[in-house]
This record gives sequence, structure tokens and C-alpha cells, in this order.
Amino acid sequence: MKIRFLVAAIAAVFVTGSAYSATLDDVMARGNLECGVSTGLVGFASPDAEGEWEGFDVDYCRALAAAIFGDSQAVEFTPVSTKNRFTALAAGEFDILARNTTWTFSRDTDLKQTFLGVNFYDGQGFMVRADLGVSSASELDGASVCIQTGTTTELNLADFFRVNGMSYEPVPIEDNAEAKEQFFAQACDAYTTDRSGLASTRAAAENPDDYVVLPEVISKEPLGPLVRHGDDQWADIGRWVLNALIIAEEKGLTSANVREMASAPTNDPEINRLLGTEGAYADMVGLPNDWAVHMIEQVGNYGEIFDRHIGVDTPIGLTRGVNDLWTNGGLIYAPPYR
Amino acid sequence: MSDSSFVRTEMLKSEAPPTMEGSVLGWIRNNLFSGPWNSLLTIVFGLLIVYVLAEMLPWVFLSSWTATSLRECREIIPLTYGEGTTGACWAVIRERYLQLFYGFYPRELYWRVNLTFVLMLVALAPILFPNLPRQLLYFSGVYPFLGYWLLWGGTIWTPTLTLAGLIVGYLLFNFLSEKRGLLIGVIVGTLLIIFWFLFGVIPITVFLSENVTPLAIEIVESEQFGGFTLSVIIGATGIAASLPIGILLALGRKSDLLIVKSLCVGFIEFIRGVPLITLLFVASTLLNYFLPPGTNFDIILRVVIMVTLFASAYMAEVIRGGLAALPKGQYEAGDALGLDYWKSMRLIVLPQALKISIPGIVSTFIGLFKDTTLVSIIGLLDPIGLSKAIRSDTAWNGIVWELYAFVAAVFFIFCFAMSRYSIYLEKKLETGHR
Repeated sequence: MKIRFLVAAIAAVFVTGSAYSATLDDVMARGNLECGVSTGLVGFASPDAEGEWEGFDVDYCRALAAAIFGDSQAVEFTPVSTKNRFTALAAGEFDILARNTTWTFSRDTDLKQTFLGVNFYDGQGFMVRADLGVSSASELDGASVCIQTGTTTELNLADFFRVNGMSYEPVPIEDNAEAKEQFFAQACDAYTTDRSGLASTRAAAENPDDYVVLPEVISKEPLGPLVRHGDDQWADIGRWVLNALIIAEEKGLTSANVREMASAPTNDPEINRLLGTEGAYADMVGLPNDWAVHMIEQVGNYGEIFDRHIGVDTPIGLTRGVNDLWTNGGLIYAPPYR
Repeated sequence: MSDSSFVRTEMLKSEAPPTMEGSVLGWIRNNLFSGPWNSLLTIVFGLLIVYVLAEMLPWVFLSSWTATSLRECREIIPLTYGEGTTGACWAVIRERYLQLFYGFYPRELYWRVNLTFVLMLVALAPILFPNLPRQLLYFSGVYPFLGYWLLWGGTIWTPTLTLAGLIVGYLLFNFLSEKRGLLIGVIVGTLLIIFWFLFGVIPITVFLSENVTPLAIEIVESEQFGGFTLSVIIGATGIAASLPIGILLALGRKSDLLIVKSLCVGFIEFIRGVPLITLLFVASTLLNYFLPPGTNFDIILRVVIMVTLFASAYMAEVIRGGLAALPKGQYEAGDALGLDYWKSMRLIVLPQALKISIPGIVSTFIGLFKDTTLVSIIGLLDPIGLSKAIRSDTAWNGIVWELYAFVAAVFFIFCFAMSRYSIYLEKKLETGHR
């Protein structure tokens, strides 16, 4: 079997026209999903001691695998860095990228990618030592700020200080781990990055109460999974897997009760449509009829995934905030499943 | 007259050396306190060493091996060693050392990595130590194919057929270059090998595995490689391939043939003129733009090729240094003996030039091995990449020094071994010309 693939792959090198074949068919033929994730981001993607990947972004890929194969383990993870993630996706090294990537205009259009939605609303914030007595970012005039180079956060920081007529002294750093060391060693007064990153940094401190995250959010960082242009059916599948996770939370479907809810039609027609007990909606996108049942049973709904990896009960301890359902005053909202 | 001379007839007993010579005290006095300036330096640096150790040793030893998270470490250590102690959290190494060595290689297949490593030592032995039986060199020749098969798995036919193609091509080259001249031999031999790779290996592999026997072991994908396994694969392949390529490039650069010379100079200067990390980016991202979409050109292979090219260019210049250091008389001696170019290079020039270049060659090797950590920037999980991944586990979020210390220690063992070997080799080849 493997050798046939090899031959097919080599044939594909010469027949470039086959590049835009249906991704779903490729995935089905291969027998597993290939998913690009971060090389390591606390709470979002990291390997455990057994080499199993886990995290908020990882679970999105597991949900997608469960939807396609009924098996959340049928997924292979390819770690990619911020530098090669887009080219690797464009080159087809994996089927989908779930690597806390900010949805921006140019990435969507110029880089020819399709963002499937937002699974986490992040935003850039500031963290300072509590003993500085600073309570707002507008008091940071003249401060030294640890900042990751080559990211949008660097530009946001410059914009923020210019707009507010303040000056700052940048302390350039390469990655989040270095930032922790520098910030905890008091090499800078403030550290700025996405608020989820600030939370995990604070959680790593010897004594987290020594540090405070300031209330200001100076940028919009809607993070979400994305696929390359050219296969709308595949994008639809990815988009509706995300939507289904959100609808499941909204409708109270959890990994514990979904099997029971799917055993017979309920009073709620949207639940019935989602779980395949009414109508044949899954056919429209090419998924098995009970895809959502497998997915929610094995991975859980959006809220369960959130709580498991980054919620208040984890060491990272993020509150839902804007990432709460729209019914609870947040921004997490899915179109109706009908 | 003869009585006036005096010749002592019995030997004098040897005296004990002066008390200050040969004893520990004497050594200390001669080496550490031989004058006021030296004594002062000894005291200052002695205090410095004591100070560093006093800071470091408690951190190293007042540590925890048993915790399951950094948080637990921070609780256990003050409890065990008293309030305010901040020791290392070696527990992360205990939990993750297998991952750091083997990456994501399937746990039940670790024996394949181990076997490949042991066989690599066996294959290296006859190259490193000339007093071993020469027949072992055949194994060294087969080893790259065997190692590839063991690590990546799959059917044994692909590496076997590849090796067979190379051998047949070489035999044809030998035969033709005797009968029809060197150029014809090179051209026909190379064409045959290329043709064999393009159209022979895969169909025959498919045919043999489907109709005869697959002889396959479980396939391990490149994504599952990581940790020191990955470093050693990239480093060892780069080292093994860069030396011969570097020798050819160095000879080409000194050649009188204009085309050969300009090609070699162009290659060396281009590769040396760009940083390794740019080449790695070319391997990981730019190649994707050139190749047709959907092409799956193995990332490890791409990286190995780039690292090898990079090291070869440096190697060529190191060896050119050795060639330049040889007196012109040595080249002329080869010509005077009536040897052709290759023979005079092989028998007279290169053995001496390489001997001179040993320190430089080994430096390049060590540098190359350490440079393999750069692949973490393009998303491969070598030990440095893995330590980032491990830090992002919520349990170990915030740990830094322990992982780097461990990685550094393992790298030190490899590099120190290489350095010691080069000293051994230099001593052995010392012919006392200077």
C-alpha cells in the first residue's frame, strides 16, 4: 500500500494538474488527518511525556478527525514555527493549520488562505510587576518593555505608545520563554504579548501574585484554524466542525450526554439536525451522519475544550471573558445548523 | 702518566630528587605560587572558582528528581532542604529524557534507533582505527543503506536496489574507463545510475514486494523523528558526506581546468557567503514554491542536503589549506614518479594534506554537529526544539535551565569525544617533521 502511495506521489510530481484534488478524498485515502500545530505554546499545543499532543488548538484537530473518521486519534501533528507555517500549509505538508494564527486581511487574501472562523479571541495586553504600583497602561511612559521581535505585537506596541504620546524603551527578545526569564529577572518593567500568553507567563512565575496584567487590550487578535485556497468543501468541513463545537455548547450537548441525546430525536430540532436524528444534513458536506456525535463524545464541546486546557481550573486560569458564548455576553457565536 | 688519569669504575647510587621536585607540594609551588604575581592570580581565580561553585552546586544538588510538575518541585525543594532553597527541578529530565533522546519515535521501536547507533559505531570503527581488519570496511559501505532502512522502515528492497545500482554503475565505470577512457566511463556510469534511480528502483521495488516478498518492517514517518536521534542523523550524515565532497571541491579549486575550477570556486564562495539558517529556510519554505504543489519531499532529507552542502564548502577550504601547506616538491615528486593525477593525489598529496588539516577538519565536524540545533527554527523538534515543546506543557511551564543544561551536557559528550579522537589521530600520524 505504502509503495503505491510513493508511486502515486512521484507521479503527482510530474502531473501537477492534480494539485487541487479534493482534500477530503486525500485524507480519507490516507486514513488520517494531518494537522499543523505550534512547536509548543502553553495550553494551546504541547506534547506530553508519551509524545501525545494536547492543547486547545490540538483538540480542534482531534474534533475534525473525529468528525471525519469517528476517531479523534486519527490525526498526525506537524509542528511548525511562526516562520514556516504559511508556506508549509500552501505546499500541502498538512491539511489544516490550527496554530493560534491571527486572522488578518492580508493573510486571508494575499497569502491565499481561508480562515474558518475564530476559536479564540485574543488581544495584546501588558503585564507589570505588582510592586511598580501601575494600574493602567497609560502610566507606562518611559518604561522598558520586553517585546517579541518580528511579530504584529511589535507594531501594535509602537502604535499604542505613539497614539498616546508616550515613549518606551524596547527590550527585544526572541520567544516567550526568553521573555519569561528576562521579565522575571527584571530586565524590563513591562512585558507585552497576547493576553493568553501573559496568563501562561504569569502562571509560570514562582509567585504569580507578584505580577499584574493591566486591563488595557491594545489590539484585536482573532485566532482560528485555516486552510489553503482552492478547496471550498474542505473549508466548509473545517468551518462547520468549529461551528458545531460552539452550537454543542450552546445547546448543552457535552461529551457525557451526547450519546444519549443522539439515541432518539429530542424536542430541539437543531440538536436533532446536528446529531443526525433528523434530516440528512451531513451528506451535504460529505461527512458521516453521526459525525457530530463522535466528535462531541470524544473531544467535548467548545466550553469543555476551553475549560480543559486554558480555563480557570487550569494553571493558566483564563476566564471566558470575550470567549464566552454570545448568550452569556461573549463573542462566540455560530450560524444556525439548518 | 697513565696513573694520573682517574676513571670511576663503580656507578653512583641515584639520589632522591630534591624534596620540592616531584611532590604535590613542589608541583603546587612551581605551578601556582612561583612568584608574587602568580600567587596573586592563583588566589583571585581560586576564590572565583569557589564562588561560582558555591552558587552552582547547591542548585545542582539540592534538587528534586521525583516531582511531576514545576509547581510540585517548588513545593518539595524547600520542604526537603529548608526554607528558601531554590534547587534544580531535574524531575523534568527524568520524565522527558526518552523524548529528548528519541523524539516521537514509537516507543516499542526504540531498539531500531539503538541498533542503528551501535551499528554506526561498528561501521565507524575500521575508518577510525586502522589496525582493525580491513574487511570491516565493506560493512561501512553497506551501513548507510542499512541504517536508513532500520530508521525509516518500509521494504528492504528500496535500499538494496539503490545500493545495487551504485555498485553496478561503479563496476561499469571501472570497466569502461580502462577500455574507453575516463570520460566515457564517468558519463556512462553516471547516466546509468540516474536512469536506474528514475525508472528502475521504484517499479522493481513494487514488483518484488508484491510478487516475491515485501521484507518490510514498520514504517516510521519523518515527523516522528526528533531529539538527539535527529541531531545525530543530520550531524553524522553531514559529517560523512561533507568530507569526500569537500576533498573533491578542494582539488577542483586547485585544478587547472577552467570549468571545473570556476564551478568549484563559485559553489564554495556562494555557500560560504550565506548563513546556514538561510539555507535551512530555503530547504523548509522556498523549495516548496519551486516544487509542484503536493510534492512531498522529505523535510529531513532536505535539511540533510543543505547541511551537507554547507559543511562541504567549509571542508573544502580547510583541506585547501592543507594542500597549500605542502611543499611544491611533493607534487613534483608525484609527477616525477610517473603517477597520473588521481594516483599522485591519493598516494602522495592527500595523505599529507589531510594530516595537516586534521584540527581544522574536526573543528568543522564539531561546528556542524552543533549547528544541527538550528533546525529548531524551521519547526523540527531537535533537542532545542523539544525543550521548547516541553516547556509549553502546563506542568513544566516556566522551566528553562534544567533542559538546556541537560542538552548541553549531552552535546558536550559528543563533541569532546570527537575532539579527543582528533588528538589521538594527530599523535598517531606524527612523523616528526617538525
